[in-house]
Amino acid sequence: MMQHLPVLQVLLPLLGAPLAALLRGRDMAWGLALLLTGAAFLISAILFGLQYSAGEALIYDLGGWPAPLGIVYVIDAASALVLPVVSGLAFVATIAARRLVEAEIDARDHALFYAAWLLTIAGMLGQITTGDAFNIFVFLEISSLSAYALVAMGAGRDRRALPAAFNYLILGTVGATFYVIGLGLLYMLTGTLNLTDLAERLAEVESTRASFTALAFIALGLFLKMALFPLHFWLVPAYAHAPSAVSALMAATATKVSVYVLIRLMFGVFGVEFNGLADAIGLLILTLGIAGAFAGTLAAIIETDLKKLFAQSSIAQLGYMAIGIGAMSMTGLAAAFIHLFNHALMKGALFLAIGAIAAQVGRASMQTIEGAGRQIPITMTAILVGGLALIGVPLTAGFISKVYLVRALLEQNFWLLAALTFISSALALAYVWKIIEAAWLKERPKGAPVLVETPVHYVPAWLMVLATIGFGIFAGPLVDAAYAAAAVFIGGAR
Amino acid sequence: MLIYALLGLPLIASALVLVLHDRPNLRDGQALFIGLITAGCAIQLYAAPHSETVTLFSLAAGLDVSFTPEPLGKLFALVAGVLWPVATLYTIGYMRGAGEKNHTRFMFFYAIAIHAAMGIALSGNLLTLFVFYEILTFSTYPLVTHKGTPEAVQAGRIYLGILVASSVILLLFGVIGVWVLTGTLDFQSGGILAGHIDPFYVPFLLGLFAFGIGKAALMPLHRWLPAAMVAPTPVSALLHAVAVVKAGVFTVLKVAVYVFGIDFLRETGSSDWLVWVASFSILAASIVAMTKTNLKARLAYSTISQLGYIVLGAALATSLAASGAAVHIAAHAAGKITLFFCAGAIYVAHHLTDIKDMNGLGRVMPVTYTAFAFGALSIIGVPPLAGAWSKIMLMGGALDNGHVLVLGVLMVSSLLNLVYLGEIVLRGFFAKPTHGLKSDDVQEAPLSMLLPLCLTAAMSLALFFAIDMFILDFGG
Repeated sequence: MMQHLPVLQVLLPLLGAPLAALLRGRDMAWGLALLLTGAAFLISAILFGLQYSAGEALIYDLGGWPAPLGIVYVIDAASALVLPVVSGLAFVATIAARRLVEAEIDARDHALFYAAWLLTIAGMLGQITTGDAFNIFVFLEISSLSAYALVAMGAGRDRRALPAAFNYLILGTVGATFYVIGLGLLYMLTGTLNLTDLAERLAEVESTRASFTALAFIALGLFLKMALFPLHFWLVPAYAHAPSAVSALMAATATKVSVYVLIRLMFGVFGVEFNGLADAIGLLILTLGIAGAFAGTLAAIIETDLKKLFAQSSIAQLGYMAIGIGAMSMTGLAAAFIHLFNHALMKGALFLAIGAIAAQVGRASMQTIEGAGRQIPITMTAILVGGLALIGVPLTAGFISKVYLVRALLEQNFWLLAALTFISSALALAYVWKIIEAAWLKERPKGAPVLVETPVHYVPAWLMVLATIGFGIFAGPLVDAAYAAAAVFIGGAR
Repeated sequence: MLIYALLGLPLIASALVLVLHDRPNLRDGQALFIGLITAGCAIQLYAAPHSETVTLFSLAAGLDVSFTPEPLGKLFALVAGVLWPVATLYTIGYMRGAGEKNHTRFMFFYAIAIHAAMGIALSGNLLTLFVFYEILTFSTYPLVTHKGTPEAVQAGRIYLGILVASSVILLLFGVIGVWVLTGTLDFQSGGILAGHIDPFYVPFLLGLFAFGIGKAALMPLHRWLPAAMVAPTPVSALLHAVAVVKAGVFTVLKVAVYVFGIDFLRETGSSDWLVWVASFSILAASIVAMTKTNLKARLAYSTISQLGYIVLGAALATSLAASGAAVHIAAHAAGKITLFFCAGAIYVAHHLTDIKDMNGLGRVMPVTYTAFAFGALSIIGVPPLAGAWSKIMLMGGALDNGHVLVLGVLMVSSLLNLVYLGEIVLRGFFAKPTHGLKSDDVQEAPLSMLLPLCLTAAMSLALFFAIDMFILDFGG
């Protein structure tokens, strides 16, 4: 049983999806989704422990066929760290989904909703675990196709969800196609799709133009999927018009998985030493990362719709992860992993809290939250803490991210970039404080709908808030795990 | 043990404030009581010969939240600890006298701010200092915007914007820079930077700290302090004397002494530029103060000028000057809190805020005005009041370092202080009354406000004679 865990956590939600589609009756599909995401979370936590105590990668041969003939699932320090992030967020989002889905989606569609919900989660978990480059593409498509459907389900109350989903579909498909073109080139050059195998054989063809072209295609495709500036335009409408539960799940996890896949391919397959990687792609990622940090932050400052505001902020935060990757160093990669983890917590908290408001008044905006600080203090405090974490205030997870990110930049003497990072993170204060002022320093307008909060509304968000604070105070284990994850891809002492 | 007490007591007080929110007398009484215990602990810690490092927890490897009381930190803890109960007593009188709302919220964040100040004072490394520095910023924001008026919200924006932006952009940059350069964040006597950095870059790193510590209100980062004047007067006392700006200049001094090391600064000449920036800040703020007729605004600019003295002491980088700066933290705290207490007393008793309306008021409020005169003379630097010592020590430090021009700056500054503070006293006692009250009607503020301001005025006097206890030796 234990040796099958690496595949089981993908298989459970994957096989649960068709079952959920068939289930009728109140809350049956939700119950199944809760059970399966909970199981996936438990399994990934166990895998993290197993991998940590083993100190080396756990390899699972699918169907008993060893690599490079068969497909392998690899639980190394990196995938062991990212798996619980995705499955844990999926679990908490599923807890919150019951209430949010009831409020926002037609009862007849609930079963289908949870089927797509489980599929997208299975797809993300699959991308993280698999050790096969084409298998990554398959899972990427599974998670994307179901995500398009999930976004489109927002159409029940907001017709703009349809064009948003369509845009998302077109650009997502372009990204996936770029990825698979790059993969085709690699297969042509090396004759293998296994990641470890690819890395070995690529060394022989390193100087060919085809191998660099493959790298460029793969990187570009993944930039699109992870919404790196300026390829991020699909993200904001998709997050804003999707059902609130979907916004929370996707904001916390979807782009992170693409970041992870990018790291896995860039560093795990091509390697830091790869011809042209550091100068061309690295520099590109750094530039786009810092540009995205500013673009996202500035767009968030002028935004009034809270879902869009925090979606823009996600663009900025992805920029920081990109900067960590672009630093091309041990600390930089560790910082990217730390921020990947922390940002999932913060954005999960924020979107769950906003979802609780949106489900009541239809749209969470600067207007609808005026004076909300006195009516729903617990929910608004969750937004306050999440916002402080985005700025990077000490004792929140965001501070740890920032410290390691800047440390990585200063170690490489990128002091100008460090200064720009600080400036953009300080600008985050402007959009966070706009919300705080509206919620606490304004009176609730007369005739505005009365907002309510019960544990159902705020417990999921507060789970994430507590994690944000917890990992901001006791970050030691996370930092160690992130360095271990970085060590999978980059040699060198800490 | 004392460290835990100093950090924990304000937290306990803030928790009890929330618990006792519907019993105002008990709520305020316990805050006063706990404040007195805190003051006792601060005195005991100051008297204790030395203390060990206490590590509370660790964020990650190399990022400890730990506390090491050293002489400078003990002095700041003493200032904050002793002035807290005095300010609490005053707050109780003011909030009731001026009819402010939301007392519970106010008392809660006031106590949290003291907690943060203690954390800054006793911090054993740069990370701990930064953490509590930010807690102090965010915990004082609700106090600044307490009135909730559009002006208060606007002031809050300036307050938070300048303090957070400067600390997040510059100070944190400096902190992580020191970490990457030296591999440690711990404060050590003699500094930690020597040998780890090309002297060419030291002035720039010093600049990150000097301007990153926005709470030190070094021009041009001073705008938040006058803006925060819209807050109730006890907040001004907290900002100007007990915690906030004192935390700022204390941080500058602590970083200069324990991170850069004053010998290192002097030998490399890295802080010469800061001498002139601080001198500019001293004179320019004094000149602006003279143009203000709103009493609190004038006092605010006076504070900016006085903070320049302490930054100057750090920049002069001699033991005498640094010690003079440390003395000035205490001397200015006692003097300036008296002045603000008096300003609040005038507001509560007569609802006056403009200096031009206060002609002859000294004869109506003789006790308040006498205390005001004590505070003003101490700030000007007239013996036998505390401010005289710090000015003399700073002058001595300037001579040690060959900065003769600084002597002129300090003398001109004293003259300017005399003009803009003396005016208030003279108008109060000798000008023809314009306030419309009969001059023989003595109308003072309530006793709970009068007592604290007499107490702090007496402190200014006592500090002069007990100066031996406050001269710290920084070596070099």
